Amino acid sequence: MKEKRKHVIVAGGGVAGMEAAGSLAEMGIRVTLVEKGEDPGGHLLQWHALFPGRRPAEEVRKYLRKRIAHENINVITRTTVEKVRHHGHEIIADLSGGTEERADALIVATGFDLFDAHRKEEYGYGIYDNVITSADLEEMFNGKRVVRADGSVPSRIGFIHCVGSRDEKVNNNHCSKVCCVTAVKQAIEVRKLLPESEVFCFYMDMRMFGPYYEELYRESQEVHNVNYMRGKVSEASVNINNRLVIKVEDTLAGRPLKMELDLMVLMVGMEMSKPGARLAEASGLNTGINRFLESADQHYGTNRSGVAGIFYAGTCTAPMNITDTISHSRSAVEETVRYLGGR
Amino acid sequence: MKPEGKKRIWAEYQKEIPDDHFFYVRSCIRQTFFAGSEQHFLKILREDLGKDVFEDPRHTTCTGIGYHGDVVPFETIQTVVARHFALATEAGYKHIAISCVTSFGIYSEILETWKHFPETLARTREDLYKATGRTFEVPETISHASDIIYKFRDEIARKAKYNLVDIKTGKPLKVVEHIGCHYSKMFPKYGVGGAEFPHVLTGMIEAWGGDVIDYPERRHCCGFGFRQYLVQANRGYSLFASRKKFESMEPYQPDLIIANCPGCTMFMDRWQYTIKEIDGITYGADGQGIPVLTYEEVAGLVLGYDPWDIGLQYHNVQSLPLLRRMGIKADPARRFLAKDGTPLPEPANLING
Amino acid sequence: MSEQKANRFGFAINRSRAINYDTSDRKVREYVTMREPSFRLCFACGGCTATCTAGQHASFNLRRMNTYIRRGEIDSLREEVARCMLCGKCLLVCPRGVNTRNVVATTAEALRKLDRNEL
Repeated sequence: MKEKRKHVIVAGGGVAGMEAAGSLAEMGIRVTLVEKGEDPGGHLLQWHALFPGRRPAEEVRKYLRKRIAHENINVITRTTVEKVRHHGHEIIADLSGGTEERADALIVATGFDLFDAHRKEEYGYGIYDNVITSADLEEMFNGKRVVRADGSVPSRIGFIHCVGSRDEKVNNNHCSKVCCVTAVKQAIEVRKLLPESEVFCFYMDMRMFGPYYEELYRESQEVHNVNYMRGKVSEASVNINNRLVIKVEDTLAGRPLKMELDLMVLMVGMEMSKPGARLAEASGLNTGINRFLESADQHYGTNRSGVAGIFYAGTCTAPMNITDTISHSRSAVEETVRYLGGR
Repeated sequence: MKPEGKKRIWAEYQKEIPDDHFFYVRSCIRQTFFAGSEQHFLKILREDLGKDVFEDPRHTTCTGIGYHGDVVPFETIQTVVARHFALATEAGYKHIAISCVTSFGIYSEILETWKHFPETLARTREDLYKATGRTFEVPETISHASDIIYKFRDEIARKAKYNLVDIKTGKPLKVVEHIGCHYSKMFPKYGVGGAEFPHVLTGMIEAWGGDVIDYPERRHCCGFGFRQYLVQANRGYSLFASRKKFESMEPYQPDLIIANCPGCTMFMDRWQYTIKEIDGITYGADGQGIPVLTYEEVAGLVLGYDPWDIGLQYHNVQSLPLLRRMGIKADPARRFLAKDGTPLPEPANLING
Repeated sequence: MSEQKANRFGFAINRSRAINYDTSDRKVREYVTMREPSFRLCFACGGCTATCTAGQHASFNLRRMNTYIRRGEIDSLREEVARCMLCGKCLLVCPRGVNTRNVVATTAEALRKLDRNEL
């Protein structure tokens, strides 16, 4: 009798899920890709350009779309995997619609949620007209227009790093890794769009961990005249002209500083996604102190859940950039295939 | 500014404020500085709203000024507050109404300490028993007096004889609200609306027809600071903080400042005179100074109480232009006369006097 | 008048320590940045200050001076800039290749021009 074709469920259709689905399909494995939104693509769908080279995000979206356009892949949208169970060697995934899906293995690729900026009350997101998030700014870049709420052109723009990251007050002690370099990228883009503007980044540490990130940081200072000020902004308010007024310590001068801004961009960090957290809770998957999924081994088993047949890919385990997400996803596929072959 | 954003935050910081049966603990300094405030709190609650408010003459200072001035240890203040709780327990009250923001902060701090370190509660029970033979129940709720006026703000609005509106122009008065730091900065959940966008005074101002000014230094401390003002030579710290606020609110030309803390109300009122003397600057529209009132005084005005019974004449910045704007008739000649016509002492150096 | 009145109270109004970026004078920054563009590259590591001859015995701090230039804190800047001996050791250390010696020289020049109303 011919062996039955293997089937893998991928929970989450962002960068990690799409890459995993594509790799598995290429190897002749049947894949069910379960995506909560209207279309696969995840957070990348709203991004305009990517660090470090500022290439259009559409290039990577195109690659990923092509990746999942495979006869072995069945995409189910507007659906989440709520729970994973075992039935012998079989994996049963309970889907949000009340149906279930059976498979030989499952890759969790539930990704991250952007930090909800409303929670940092002192910055007045949702209250003051010209406080936006890094994601909102990408939407503005998509429309090629960076303007204030009243349509006027901002002359001074401030980027606030670490919003929702490295902050015990919102229960996130972890670093979201990508926000620093995103701020540098966005600061350059703003300077290019609005050459008359003055741009500030307010940072606690500049964490330029990836290739060409430090070079981008340097370029932002040397070529684009982006200003950096080391200090965490403590509060924002507005004055009678509806300009934002921020308080920050210029820690290098050792003195408090007050500054007016026309537009304030909050560099929102990454948190474990809500569907991911539900899935972990319902299925008994371990989570770490940062609430992301805890891998079986931090060094050589970051794709392993410790539960037979369940593997992890991408930012459901920790904040990472697209490059690392794709690599992590491919290694998740490798682990999955090895598991299927060994059964 | 998007008001719905503030409403979202207010919805997250709603505390339980009881409807009735309060054990009232007074402030040390309010009866001196705003002579009619506490009296009008009691009048409004008892007579206008028909509530039961109990006072025990054996209630003492909470020793907060000594505590923040580093002369009263934490163990001592816990025992003093425990004694207040014992008086409330004895009288059968479970809800404490606190007149002073310093006391309110101390009560909050002590309750939180007891919650997180139960051994401190056990020790306090022992200390109180040894010292006085008293026992106590931990109260079910603590409310600042402004929380209670906030809770009944709409009822007060329904009984209003005057509103925070300029009767000539029909426009709302521009009102600055100032929240005492210890109301919610230490424990945001104990304050209505939290610490960044407190709703407690804003809610009153809006219910009574005024417009709230959100100016850049709104969240800044008045500079009271205990150790700072207690030492005369250090008062420049406090003065600087208040002036920073006046300068920041100046472009909005506020008609009135409402504060919920004894220290803030006193300093923001008296410092206007000091700044006038030192810098020659008087703030407010037409350089008339900005009246700084307590929430009870404003509630009293709204309900139609006589401004001289409320005690507005004992503020440094006099309120006559404000009263005229609100359409409240008050005879300036009666300001410093007792009910029977006996002359009362007249304060010197009044602004706008 | 202020002093006299203050004596009456026994205290004066404290001065603000805060840097007010909207009222500070950044003409010196513009002058220095234009003439020594590498100035922009300083990321405040403090290497210059660690090796500085003057900084070992006087409170000269090139890293802090760069911050004052950027924020337009002229009075603080004046105190700093006079202490440099222009030995150039900081040039050897700077990981970003800032022409630190020329930053000091240009700043001193800018301050002189500022005093003569030539900026």
